[in-house]
Amino acid sequence: MSDKSIEERVTDIIVKELGVTPEQVTPEAKFIEDLGADSLDTVELVMAFEDEFDVQVPDEEAEKLLSVGDVTRYIEENG
Amino acid sequence: MRQTEFGVARYPPLQVGGAMLAGRMSILSGKTAVVFGVANKRSIAWGIAKAWAEAGANLIFNYQGERLKDNVSDLAQSFGEDTPLYPCDVSKDEEIDAFFEKVRGHTDKIDLMLHSVAFAPREALTGSFLETSREAFSVAHDISAYSLVALAQRATPMMTDGGSIIAMSYYGAEKVVPHYNVMGVAKASLEASTRYLAKDLGEKKIRVNCISAGPVQTLAARGIAGFTDMVKHYEAHAPLGRSCTTEELGQTGVFLASDGAASITGQVIYVDGGYQIMGM
Repeated sequence: MSDKSIEERVTDIIVKELGVTPEQVTPEAKFIEDLGADSLDTVELVMAFEDEFDVQVPDEEAEKLLSVGDVTRYIEENG
Repeated sequence: MRQTEFGVARYPPLQVGGAMLAGRMSILSGKTAVVFGVANKRSIAWGIAKAWAEAGANLIFNYQGERLKDNVSDLAQSFGEDTPLYPCDVSKDEEIDAFFEKVRGHTDKIDLMLHSVAFAPREALTGSFLETSREAFSVAHDISAYSLVALAQRATPMMTDGGSIIAMSYYGAEKVVPHYNVMGVAKASLEASTRYLAKDLGEKKIRVNCISAGPVQTLAARGIAGFTDMVKHYEAHAPLGRSCTTEELGQTGVFLASDGAASITGQVIYVDGGYQIMGM
């Protein structure tokens, strides 16, 4: 899709969905605690990642994606 | 005489063709629709709203709570900056009254209404139906089924030229779908409510139907445990090898709103890749 790295594409989505700055989106940043996401945001994020990377994230896996790093690792392993 | 007939017979198809082309573009022109249940761009309500607008209808939207206001506002404004949207929590009669007061500020007459609203507590959408609490049962039925009746009470006096009301259902109303639980029971109530409403409103030329959609990736659907498995099950077992898209639901919505469906009321229309016919 583009020359961007997985991290950059993940960051773009998070910036767009949560209205945060790219600088806030560090690997350690947690969606709810650090980036101000609510439970609906987390579902929207998972669906946006699925679209971007053409993966299916089952519920039990989605529950474990708490931080930005969790997402990039999941996509590297399953994308 | 024969020749005249032939001439008449030959000419109209061209005319009909032209009218059909024009009709496709504006089959709902001059109609006003109220749309309940847009949450974001993935919403089934949004798919139907877009198709109604493309068919020429004017739209008025609700939004549920401040959390979703910006989402709905951004989407609604794609039809023009002054597209009306007002808050309405369908579990509160006073908010429904206030919503339709606002609608009356725009128009005396409405023609179409979409009900794409449902809720059950998340814990009720996993595991065993046997565990359903009184509270979860009550709120699921109130928001997912009674709300159709409450909205119809306010909307139908404005449908002075007849109308079409569409509610969204799912096969879990009819058969047991794991984890769908109380939502299936509430959808059964919704489907039964459309039949009773269809009977009461028939004399006013107001039609009431359900679209029973196969699984679609929406925010609400992702609240159902095992939703991704539901999608895979449809891909494996539906005659068409898939569920449905919001665009297809939109086109079904246009059909049910149009005169093509003028004698269809009280029905549940399956838009599900044909899954509903399968016994195994």
